[in-house]
Amino acid sequence: MSTQSTPRFSARVYVAGDNIDTDQIIPAQYLNLVPTNPEEYIKLGSYALSGLPDGCAPFVPPPGPRSPYGIVIAGRNFGCGSSREHAPVALGAAGVRAIVAESYARIFFRNAVATGECYPFETAVRLLDRFQTGDEAEIDVPGATLTNRRTGEVFKLQPLGAVGPVVAAGGIFAYARQAGMLK
Amino acid sequence: MNGMTITEKILARHSGRDRVSPGENVWVEVDVLLTHDICGPGTIGVFRREFGPKARVWNREKVVIIPDHYIFTADELSHRNVETLRQFTMEQELAYFYDPGTPGYRGVCHVALPEAGHVRPGEVIVGTDSHTCTHGALGAFATGIGNTDAGFVMGAGKILLKVPETMRFRFDGRAPDYIMGKDMILKVIGDIGFDGASYAAMEFSGSAIDALSIEGRMTICNMAIEAGGKNGIVAPDQKAVDYVRARTSKPFEVVTSDPDARVASDRVYDAAALEPCVAEPHLPSKYALARQRGDVKLDRAYIGSCTGGKIEDFVAAARVLKGRKVAIDTFLVPATCEVALALIETTIDGQSLVEVFADAGCLDIAPPSCAACLGGPIDTFGRTHGSEVVISTTNRNFPGRMGSKQASVYLASPLTVAASAITGRITDPREFLKQVHP
Ligand code: SF4
Repeated sequence: MSTQSTPRFSARVYVAGDNIDTDQIIPAQYLNLVPTNPEEYIKLGSYALSGLPDGCAPFVPPPGPRSPYGIVIAGRNFGCGSSREHAPVALGAAGVRAIVAESYARIFFRNAVATGECYPFETAVRLLDRFQTGDEAEIDVPGATLTNRRTGEVFKLQPLGAVGPVVAAGGIFAYARQAGMLK
Repeated sequence: MNGMTITEKILARHSGRDRVSPGENVWVEVDVLLTHDICGPGTIGVFRREFGPKARVWNREKVVIIPDHYIFTADELSHRNVETLRQFTMEQELAYFYDPGTPGYRGVCHVALPEAGHVRPGEVIVGTDSHTCTHGALGAFATGIGNTDAGFVMGAGKILLKVPETMRFRFDGRAPDYIMGKDMILKVIGDIGFDGASYAAMEFSGSAIDALSIEGRMTICNMAIEAGGKNGIVAPDQKAVDYVRARTSKPFEVVTSDPDARVASDRVYDAAALEPCVAEPHLPSKYALARQRGDVKLDRAYIGSCTGGKIEDFVAAARVLKGRKVAIDTFLVPATCEVALALIETTIDGQSLVEVFADAGCLDIAPPSCAACLGGPIDTFGRTHGSEVVISTTNRNFPGRMGSKQASVYLASPLTVAASAITGRITDPREFLKQVHP
């Protein structure tokens, strides 16, 4: 669980495609790692997106365990497949602060928010060809914009609404405590 | 005022309201929380971290733990995870833990849960597994959740859910004997796409659904998630009630849709016109007719999982394989111990299924578990390690799903998988069934 209160941040971008399923985000052989154990949390990060097809740029280059990419840009249906929370956890543990995708699979979206691991931004515009892996980008969280520092283009994202404060707090439990809903 | 769908009614009853509408967020009382060895330890971790080391689960009879994923492996972390579940069960005095290595072990959670009487019409089931949607086959609201949500449910017994809109799929007429539930659901997913039912309840009805066994309905609801659905559901009929009554004495209330319920969409299929099909690599929505893919050469066939490893699935495969030989490696993994036993006890023309498969040249039947359905640890039975081309009765064919990223997986019904095992290429089962039933 990470706390993400910075309203604006810059990071390098990793561009992935459509239908990036949870097996590609964290291959099943690593599901023996338990996200709530601190060392295993870090290990999960080191395997983030290691299930992408051969030929893709490594998301966590050796020696790991963190990724140089803090923003993942994807197409449709990001996080489809299993309900494994290991998926947003692996991304968060690798250092991802936000995902920007055209759409999400329902359970992944909810898990990203519940864990507070990363902001799941949605974009109405297809961004896969507007960014290259390695570009430097800036996200303004309350303003819901994404800026490509290389090209100078600014993209409007869908506002996060009620989801934003939950991620900012570090997940539903932290949020519920802050809001006085839980002791 | 319009009526409500089954899904809406169940959610209304479990949130203490007279009615709910799609899009509303409601706190829902949970009847069963299911977890397993992959997500259970993390859920327990969240539960302890958030509710404190001395916290008790909200109801010791409503947390059901069914280890099934990484059971038959030398992997030490996997064993440690099952041990975590064992310790937690003792500490919390949980009523239901199906412990591997003991006579209580059952196997794949989504087949074991209904077998053991934990699925009842009208109830709310949440599980730390996306295929929890299987249990809508008995008229329950059932959906998959993550560890953090599950940790909350473990302590509080409630979950905040958005009421899904309902998409209705009706199969009229009679499905021919070469069509199985798998062909029906692959057709639906192929039509609406991998995210065609995002956030929605998928309700299946019609005479061809009524004619299906409970297992056939389970296959259909199981794959609702492959179209992005929140839950799959079939109105419980006498067959469903009888199935449940035979397994539990707990009371339950049958809930069905009102005739004037409002739905987001209605799709109607003629079951008689369906043809045996496959989903091509690497998406369950890549629909193709089996007879049009005869040029695809295969390396192995796989029959197993919560989708295609039930007894009915093996009976179907045996109908095709009896008296014939497989041309490629054929892996058989019964979903549960009950299925494994039934393989011995069920006969076709006096021959047990175990004998039919042995005579056909299939590999020795593996012990019940998820096995290679999701790849798993390196030593998992049936796991792909290279560029194998596999035809499988499982539910997902994403890159790397069965182990190796270079492998290609075709999804199909047990009939189609068995027919393809005989020829070593994708084969429409009618090529063989014709000869069985002239
Ligand atoms: S059999 Fe496959 S789909 Fe079913 S619970 Fe196991 S891994 Fe998941």
